[in-house]
Amino acid sequence: MSSIGTGYDLSASQFSPDGRVFQVEYAMKAVENSGTVIGLKGSDGIVLAAEKLILSKLHEPSTNQRIFNIDQHIGMAFSGLIADARQIVQIARREAAEYRQQYRLSIPLKYLNDRVSMYMHAYTLYSAIRPYGCSVILSGYENGEPVMYTIDPSGVSYGNLGCATGKAKQSAKTEIEKLKLSQMPCRELVKEAAKIIYLVHDELKDKNFELELSWVCKDSNGHHQRVPENVYQEAEKAAKQAMEADSESDNEDM
Amino acid sequence: MFSAPPFWQNGPAPGSFYDFPNMQPQVQPNDFRQHTQSPVTTSTSLVAVTYDKGIIIAGDLLASYGSLARYRNCPRIVKVNNNIILGSSGDYADFQYVQNFIEQKVISDECLDDGITLKPKSLYCWLTRILYNRRSKMDPLWNNFIVAGIQDGEPFLGTVDKQGTAYSDKIICTGYGAHIATPMLRDALDNKPQLTQAEARAQVERCMEVLYYRDARSFPKYQLGIIDADQGVSIEGPLQVAQNWSVAHSIKGY
Amino acid sequence: MFRNQYDSDVTVWSPQGRLHQVEYAMEAVNLGSATVGLKSNSHAVIIALKRASSELSAYQKKIINIDDHIGITISGLTADARILSRYMRTECLNYKYSHDTYMPMNRLITTLGNKMQVCTQRYDRRPYGVGLLVAGFDDKGSHIYQTCPSANFYDCKAMSIGSRSQSARTYLEKHLDQLLNSSLEELIKHGLRALRDTLPPEIDLSTKNVSIGFVGKERQFKILEEEEIAPYLGLIEGEERRGQGADKAPGPLREDQGEAPRDPQAATATEAADRMDTD
Repeated sequence: MSSIGTGYDLSASQFSPDGRVFQVEYAMKAVENSGTVIGLKGSDGIVLAAEKLILSKLHEPSTNQRIFNIDQHIGMAFSGLIADARQIVQIARREAAEYRQQYRLSIPLKYLNDRVSMYMHAYTLYSAIRPYGCSVILSGYENGEPVMYTIDPSGVSYGNLGCATGKAKQSAKTEIEKLKLSQMPCRELVKEAAKIIYLVHDELKDKNFELELSWVCKDSNGHHQRVPENVYQEAEKAAKQAMEADSESDNEDM
Repeated sequence: MFSAPPFWQNGPAPGSFYDFPNMQPQVQPNDFRQHTQSPVTTSTSLVAVTYDKGIIIAGDLLASYGSLARYRNCPRIVKVNNNIILGSSGDYADFQYVQNFIEQKVISDECLDDGITLKPKSLYCWLTRILYNRRSKMDPLWNNFIVAGIQDGEPFLGTVDKQGTAYSDKIICTGYGAHIATPMLRDALDNKPQLTQAEARAQVERCMEVLYYRDARSFPKYQLGIIDADQGVSIEGPLQVAQNWSVAHSIKGY
Repeated sequence: MFRNQYDSDVTVWSPQGRLHQVEYAMEAVNLGSATVGLKSNSHAVIIALKRASSELSAYQKKIINIDDHIGITISGLTADARILSRYMRTECLNYKYSHDTYMPMNRLITTLGNKMQVCTQRYDRRPYGVGLLVAGFDDKGSHIYQTCPSANFYDCKAMSIGSRSQSARTYLEKHLDQLLNSSLEELIKHGLRALRDTLPPEIDLSTKNVSIGFVGKERQFKILEEEEIAPYLGLIEGEERRGQGADKAPGPLREDQGEAPRDPQAATATEAADRMDTD
């Protein structure tokens, strides 16, 4: 990034001479400083998993969760600034409610994704406001079909089979690519998601974290919700076992 | 009202030659419009009575168009959430309008996932505010709502009418039932202040029968909602009013 | 203090993805005097250290009543806190008006957070330079919430903010497992000890410089001042003092900031003194 500090990177409404909008790129940096979040689309639904870093012993475990419900059938996970993300959650919920008011139907995720990404994009156009410092993953289950999108601070959105944002998005993506997602049911995916979050967690830099898991699938009646306690325990156990097996094999190598 | 533009800036307009220059022309309200003076598609009585552990509420399925029995399958006793039943008499479209808002409210509560659900007294209060506000605008929602629910383990029964008048009681009947069924239920409660569910049900069924004989806008098909501190919400129907016309031939002179 | 190129407005992201203006606003919280919040299963307590700006002035109020079930204590710009408290009062009133029940704490704090976030994203605003500890009791039990100028908020078991509050946090962490089943009196004692740990040795808690607020099940939020505090101060009198207020960095801006990446800093000194009243 050679143009850093040349003065063309102070406003979202200004291009640098080489045609870039640095403020948007910097906002993406904020996303990369945050805990990892992944989304996996399986054969019968979508699993979201988040690595919630614990800052202080004085906090309640439930504080600052990183997965939200947008509507009955839609979930959102984010990485980046939580205060920014809550704002996105609020507007997404409002969109969903307005759509229902108008049409007596739950909002199609494709449409919600359009609306939310347009909203986030608008914040990249003016010098008087800054781009949002968060990426969001939207997950939904419609007419028996799982759907997933990610939206970046730039307002660009992608439909995904599997996705990752946050600190360890590269290594998480590598892990996700190893999976045969389309053949796996959510029950399996929950475990894989937990394993990936445990695997990419950096113990040296961030000591404690809490795993968050949600799904929207056939088993949850097409509703987005946190996975049931027994499923969660199972997944966490599988992840911990995988980690132990991993470190044992490492020891053998040595 | 259309008024022609002035001849010159701040000058007189056609038809107002004798205005002083620089005088602000008298702004006349031009949005006169008549608000709703009567309901259109209406439903009739609701009968609700409290028993020891809950509330039973009944209402027929007819929506009349004036005196025409126009729609014969219009449910107006609905479950709001696991501890509230809502019933409505009066304009059916207004009921559906309000019902949509309440449904969204419940979904929004679910999304927050904080374990806090709408309480019967909250919904009762909320409806009161809405209806009173509309009547203060001289544009009432033409309904008489009954909120039946369990709050803190105790049955709660309340009603709001189109003027925003609200009260709670152990017996509430609306429409023609307010005149016919209320005295019958009061008698029953005077004889035995704490009814059981079966007794309450028998009383409500009796009221529905008498109302069918007496109320020209009633209908023999009805719904029965029960909300019980132990068993939760159930809505039964369509049920049939027990009829006995054997004495009909002896009634003469009408 | 040094300035760099990216710290002039809240609308400017630094190359490392930080918002310096927001981080500076976080510093305002540390200028205020310390305040402590803690809770048991049955009660939530907030205790604050009051300051007087001169010999002749009264001690500045630190605890503000919001509703029957909620109270806050503030650290940072008092004037900003008043705006926020008015907002919270209005929200609580409106909720009670339309729902005939107390506003759930988490919903109040979430709407407050969303209000505060707007000020961190617009050129024509600045973040609120105040941190709050919110004590409350609702259907879900007792709560202590912490809010920051960054519009982050935390649901806490116990917390302390304000100048030299690190020592109080250390105390609270050490005694965390005792708090949950404490009585109100024990809770206040823990709070006073935590607050006392933030003081330099030559100052002690007195009926003049301490405020206590508490709320519990079927117990409306109540603020104790002056002589009402004496019995509680008596309970911890003569105990050995610990801590002695080593100050540490403020709470992080990001919800999960570990080692934050550093931006290049140009060597232009700015006036550090803050002319706005902080308490």
